[in-house]
Amino acid sequence: MKDLGQYMIFLGNLFVRRETFGTYFKLTIQECINVGYNSLLIVTIVSIFMGAVTTIQTASNLIGPFIPNYVISLVVRDMTVLELSPTIMAIIFAGKVGSNIAGELGTMRISEQIDALEVMGINANSYLVLPKVIACVIMYPMLVILSIFLTLWGGYLVGTVTGIISSADYLYGIRYEFIEFNITFAIIKALVFSFLIASISAYKGFYTYGGALEVGRASTAAVTNSCIAILFADYLLAQLLLG
Amino acid sequence: MIEFQQISKSFNKRQVLFDISGSFEKGKTNLIIGASGTGKSVLLKNIVGLIPPDTGDIKYDGRSFITCSKQERTDIRREIGMLFQSSALFDSKNVEDNIKFPLDVLTNLEEKEKLERVNFCLERVGLLNINKKMPTEISGGMKKRVGIARAIVNRPNYLFCDEPNSGLDPQTGIKIDNLIKEITEEYLITTVVVTHDMNSVIEIGDHILFIFEGHKLWEGSNKSITKSDLKELNDFVFATKLMKQIHPLKG
Repeated sequence: MKDLGQYMIFLGNLFVRRETFGTYFKLTIQECINVGYNSLLIVTIVSIFMGAVTTIQTASNLIGPFIPNYVISLVVRDMTVLELSPTIMAIIFAGKVGSNIAGELGTMRISEQIDALEVMGINANSYLVLPKVIACVIMYPMLVILSIFLTLWGGYLVGTVTGIISSADYLYGIRYEFIEFNITFAIIKALVFSFLIASISAYKGFYTYGGALEVGRASTAAVTNSCIAILFADYLLAQLLLG
Repeated sequence: MIEFQQISKSFNKRQVLFDISGSFEKGKTNLIIGASGTGKSVLLKNIVGLIPPDTGDIKYDGRSFITCSKQERTDIRREIGMLFQSSALFDSKNVEDNIKFPLDVLTNLEEKEKLERVNFCLERVGLLNINKKMPTEISGGMKKRVGIARAIVNRPNYLFCDEPNSGLDPQTGIKIDNLIKEITEEYLITTVVVTHDMNSVIEIGDHILFIFEGHKLWEGSNKSITKSDLKELNDFVFATKLMKQIHPLKG
């Protein structure tokens, strides 16, 4: 409970004693490059393989004379939009970006760089963490949309090349009974998950005390705590918005 | 002038500072000395507000740092320059950007003027043509000088230095000490230096505060420090063979 209270105070401090808009704009753009652009490769690789594997596994479990082939891509579509792209990518995002945020802030803490900011009269919480949170909240939903596209494309590629499903059936399946709200739901999830990842990781890094060992521990804690928070939030959002 | 009254601080029920009072005058190099683990750095961090004291008050030219509003505290902090033990240079920025940083965030100066100030400060600390070097590419002594340049670039009224010559060879350490003293007198600022280095004490100690196990035991100057009869102070001052040779009776 003490940790939770401290986390809430930490979040509150992000929005007090802020610097000028221009200062945050530059930092946020830089962070967008760090968390968004630099995550493109991993998102691309994971998404394509996720789509390919989901297509093969769905096909292998749906063999029957009464099940049309387009159901394969329909299942892949719904799994991708509802769960795989927002949630699985969030776990990967926590591993890549979350550990990086915690490591960076932890190192700044133990090398007195955060103290230096505080002594200058700069709100270190706000100056260091707010741009990271804003960048994650902007970039992660974009990465999720890209991931949805690439996962469906990966499924299409494997499905058509291996002959599991025809091109026409696949395209028919991903359009069949499409619910637009599912995309909105995926974006809401992406917004919530990205905020959790950025803020929890920043919190863990910001309050690191000790040496290199503690920075490593903070990075690990950032990833594990983010993952647990993502799974809780995933359940709550499903219950609230789909239940 | 910085005044502090009855500063106490505990960590997990272990008291590290006991009712410490004192004052640091403008234009003087004020030293907080004592053995490792006596609470010197905690006192310094209390004074600059990095760690809040449990009791007591701190006044910067009559302005209380404890009872003031957050905005007033920020305003006081913007008059402070600090050199950290580890120099605390920002890893991701080069030397020029490190020194320019307080000007970028805290002022509305034109870029040209900022660069003029950066180059002036670099020249003042005796460093030239290292503007584009990263902190990892310069030596420990150079890092300290860059740290001093960053601390003075925004023309502070108060300069704090936490163990400025730790990890440096004696010659470089003396250069850093003299630089701090020169800057203090040149800009007429209130300087506070935490150290356990006797070279610093003798070289630049205009006003010295001796801390022993969290208590202030002695106050004086570099001229009077060797004349005290206080056992704890003499044990600290005459710990080295060199000091014993200089003052054989005390040793």
